[in-house]
Amino acid sequence: MPRRAQLVALLVLGGGVAGCSGVQTALDPAADQAASIEVIWRTMLVVCGVMYLLVLGFLAWALWRARRPAAVDDAPLPAETAAEPALARGLTGWVALIVAGLLVLTTVSFLVDRSLAEVGPDPLKIKVTANQWWWQVEYEGDAPTDRFTTANELHLPLNRPAVIELHAADVIHSFWVPNLSGKTDLIPGRTNYMAVTPRRLGAFRGQCAEFCGFEHAKMAFDVVVDPPRTFEAWRRHQIQSASDPVTAEAVYGKQVFTSQACVMCHRIQGTDAGATVGPDLTHLASRSHIAAGALPNDTGDLQAWIADPQGVKPGTAMPRVALNSGQLNAVVDYLETLK
Amino acid sequence: MSAADASALPTALPAEEDVRLTRTWATPPGFWGWLTTVDQKQIARRYVVTGLVFFALAGLLAAAMRAQLSRPDNHLLSPDRYNQIFTMHGSTMMFLFAVPIMEGMGLYLVPLMIGARTMAFPRLNAMSYWMYLAGGIFLWTAFILNVGPDIGWFGYVPLSGPEYGIGKRADVWAQMITFTEVAAMAAAASTATSIFKMRAPGMTLARMPIFVWAMLTTAFMIMLAMPAVMLASSFLISDRLIGTHFYNYAEGGSVLLFQHLFWFFGHPEVYIIFIPGLGMVSEITQTFCRRPVFGYPAVVLSMLATGFLAFGLWVHHMFATGLPHMGDSFYTAASMTIAIPSGVQIFCWLATMWDGKPRLAPPMLWVIGFVITFVLGGLSGVMLASVPLDTQVHDTYFVVAHFHYVLIGGAVFPLLGGIYYWFPKATGRMLNEAAGKWSFWLVFLGFHTAFFPMHILGLWGMPRRVWTYPADMGWGALNLTSTIGAYILAAGVLVYVLNLIVSYRRGAPAGPNPWGASGLEWAAASPPPSYNFGLTPVVESRHPLWTGGGRLPTLTGLSLDHREVLLTTVTDARPDLRHGSPSPSIWPLLTAVAVSALFIGSIFDEWWIVWLSIPFALAVLGWFWPRKSHGKKVGAPDETPPGALA
Amino acid sequence: MSRRPAAVPAGQDLSLLPAAGFSAHGLWYWAGLAFMLMEGSAFALACAAYVYLMNSADQWPLEGRAPALSWGTAQTVLLLGSLVPTWFLARAALRRDLKATQGWGVLVAALNALALVIRAVEFLHLNTRWDSDAYGSITWTLILLHTVHLITDFVDTFFLTVFLFTHPVPTERFSDVQDDALYWAYVVFTWLPLYLLIYWAPRWAP
Repeated sequence: MPRRAQLVALLVLGGGVAGCSGVQTALDPAADQAASIEVIWRTMLVVCGVMYLLVLGFLAWALWRARRPAAVDDAPLPAETAAEPALARGLTGWVALIVAGLLVLTTVSFLVDRSLAEVGPDPLKIKVTANQWWWQVEYEGDAPTDRFTTANELHLPLNRPAVIELHAADVIHSFWVPNLSGKTDLIPGRTNYMAVTPRRLGAFRGQCAEFCGFEHAKMAFDVVVDPPRTFEAWRRHQIQSASDPVTAEAVYGKQVFTSQACVMCHRIQGTDAGATVGPDLTHLASRSHIAAGALPNDTGDLQAWIADPQGVKPGTAMPRVALNSGQLNAVVDYLETLK
Repeated sequence: MSAADASALPTALPAEEDVRLTRTWATPPGFWGWLTTVDQKQIARRYVVTGLVFFALAGLLAAAMRAQLSRPDNHLLSPDRYNQIFTMHGSTMMFLFAVPIMEGMGLYLVPLMIGARTMAFPRLNAMSYWMYLAGGIFLWTAFILNVGPDIGWFGYVPLSGPEYGIGKRADVWAQMITFTEVAAMAAAASTATSIFKMRAPGMTLARMPIFVWAMLTTAFMIMLAMPAVMLASSFLISDRLIGTHFYNYAEGGSVLLFQHLFWFFGHPEVYIIFIPGLGMVSEITQTFCRRPVFGYPAVVLSMLATGFLAFGLWVHHMFATGLPHMGDSFYTAASMTIAIPSGVQIFCWLATMWDGKPRLAPPMLWVIGFVITFVLGGLSGVMLASVPLDTQVHDTYFVVAHFHYVLIGGAVFPLLGGIYYWFPKATGRMLNEAAGKWSFWLVFLGFHTAFFPMHILGLWGMPRRVWTYPADMGWGALNLTSTIGAYILAAGVLVYVLNLIVSYRRGAPAGPNPWGASGLEWAAASPPPSYNFGLTPVVESRHPLWTGGGRLPTLTGLSLDHREVLLTTVTDARPDLRHGSPSPSIWPLLTAVAVSALFIGSIFDEWWIVWLSIPFALAVLGWFWPRKSHGKKVGAPDETPPGALA
Repeated sequence: MSRRPAAVPAGQDLSLLPAAGFSAHGLWYWAGLAFMLMEGSAFALACAAYVYLMNSADQWPLEGRAPALSWGTAQTVLLLGSLVPTWFLARAALRRDLKATQGWGVLVAALNALALVIRAVEFLHLNTRWDSDAYGSITWTLILLHTVHLITDFVDTFFLTVFLFTHPVPTERFSDVQDDALYWAYVVFTWLPLYLLIYWAPRWAP
């Protein structure tokens, strides 16, 4: 018995902890888009709920009304029973009710859809390119010097609309941050756009929502909604190149980085590393997760990731670079200076 | 079935004539007979058994998936294995179980329900089974050899294309589709023709059983929808094999073209699976409520409307792809509209229960389970029809919940009820009622425990097709609940299948009409002889065995010494022609072997298409080589009758 | 269907019914209709794919020239012209006039064969390859789909015509000839939209 009670408690608590509020849920909207959609959801629940209860009610009534159980060789009833006209009227009423319900739902859906098409003035422009299994994020700017690239994390200023331009480098992916907005696919050969107008501060989680191969399950990203000044500070900082390492360990780490395979895929602005095959690491240490949300960004996990990417995320494009423990510690030390 | 019982049947012949007819319609004994049979009942039973085997296999895959997902960060299955498994689960269920088993049920029941001796094209039906079997074996052999597809059951490009779909995995998937679609289209042509031309005299279109209407609608949907997926998969194979650019955007192709072609098929496909189930629900409800279905015209018209509307919805699978929203809104309206005919039908069946005398035997339990489950699934479908709401729940566990509710609730529950209902007809034995009820409750409760939480998981942010999920998302408890439910569901299926196996040998003997039902199939013996009906029944109402005071009029005159069927006119079912029906033949199997070789070879090298068309052509030639005129064999008058359509 | 259905005469002896009839009386006609329905759906979808790709393109053909007009037009003229002897063939079969059926049958089979020859020349003058770009792929698809039908119809007609000379010809065989003539008409009519797309769309597309 105690085991079963434990299980029930687990289910109840587990069910209660997540979901109704959370960092990756559609039921806790933090932006205009998700909030509008939640209006549709609640309308649907009511209308569909009522219809379902009516069907169940009719079913229950029919079964309860059953006369003494029929035997197999009971004479069958004729097609035209006394109740036929009443049932015909019931059918007509039922159809009218369904049509009315559908009209309400279609209208609400259409009105919300129209409202979602309006973006708002002076949107922030971001370009996201999805790769197998990470996200490249580029912030646009009026001047070329205002542009910067990061990976797997977006920051958005509160109350300002952002328009995200969506590209795919290889296969179809889908950009989804349920707290903020519905999803839109990133399709090779096509440019899609989506708008997000955040209304609440916080850190939210998004995840790829179109099966894109091996590690589709581990292609997440973070979206942080900041107050406008905090956002501006973050933006200015991201534009800057990486500062040079100071400690001996970090200098050695940078040496390892630029002489090993790392430099074949990763870019660190302000150094000779300029490849764009993999995520931009210029401000890696400012992010909350690594490997597209697979691990938190702390020393131990960073070490584990570099030492054995295939172990953490089998199938990932990042190969295992053979480093001895001294080199590994140094590289991690250097990367942690990239704030 | 003793001779005495047989002769009590209104459609039975006197003993001496019965012997001649049995000899004429006999299938050769032993293995050769098994290879050459054209008996629609034998072929149909193969379809149903094979379908159930694939159902079990796909179910085992589901059990593996649920085990992997029962805990966060689980490592029971690797990502590659998991991706193969969910692809195989979906592909097997959709292509190797759902459509073929409904075809099989139709193949068994339609001739019996319309009072015919067999189908219009028995050899085509035979070939269709071999093609289906070959496609299934092909797919599963590849899976066992670790070259199974891993691209999802709808294999979007570019993931399945030449650049990212390495090896032969995607080709196996695409070609399996070709096998099963050819099988389905052949069966559909035979079904539709049989229903138009071989109904018993007096069975006008307005007197057809609702299940027959369902199979007719399904046959047309198959013929119109399946060419779309054949194009989609053939374009994919040719992009991969011979360098075409249908889906290559760098050379003017389109990634979305695949989705349009696939879903133009894919949406009608789910209705192809679901509409036969509706027919079964109608027949069962009628019998177990002792009342003709309320609103026959409304139910039939709703069936036709559903089949028609199903072709106008496909873009609702593409609401997240960034198509113009104005166009999307049309598909929202259409997707909502299709709820109306379904709603009408649900009302009519509930009205039949309300006004009738419902008896809760297992088939009726499955119907009640259908109402409770399918309607909920239909309502989540209405939710998905809204573009903005869909952009939140598309590609999440919410959709997984939705389609399992409508497919299991709307098709599998009626199917399990239908198998229980018609089992006595097919085998001459009753199923065990206690086991029938136990299996229903286990399946029903297990199903809802497994799939209801998925609605919530989807809203809570869990995407589809993920081999694992992080511990701090809070999805663990609901996933565990779902896994427990899945295993309860599996236990219920096991009880159901055991019931079938044990009762086949040891069930209580059944007479021709153990349920007191009204259709013509209950006027044949249980199991029916190879020729179904000795005398040709004449139909004067929608419920032949319930009207006319138990008397079923019949006609004589069809040959006893040559295989022959009666053709009637299309709308009024007046006797029109005698038609020679083919004897057992090896040509369907040979043709299927040739075509299978051609399909399999062609994914390795396109020249196989050319070389292997030769044996294919020879097989078809053998099949259609002219034989002695049937009219001359039976001595029929050599005149041509007037108008054939009315 | 709204009038009362004719009652089945009681005691009708089914052995007095004939065993063969033309067009909708017989089952092979309906097999043909089913086939035409399925193939028609495939054709329509292939044409839709053509238009879809064309509308997504900046220019059409994507590069290169349109197919040579003369051969496609010659084929169209031949096919439409062949409908005349086909119609006579169908009438002769309906009358069960063996000599006339044999004569018209040979002519129609010869025209089928000629259509195949012209088709081969059309392939050589398409001015694109299936693997050059999406335009080439879809153009080849349309013409290949139709060619498969030309081939199957030719094989069908050829064997039927041969059997008119080598085997006894009961009503069933005459009915087969008539059904085959209907299928040929279908092959001709489905060519028309394909002809417009393959040969004229690249010339009309802006």
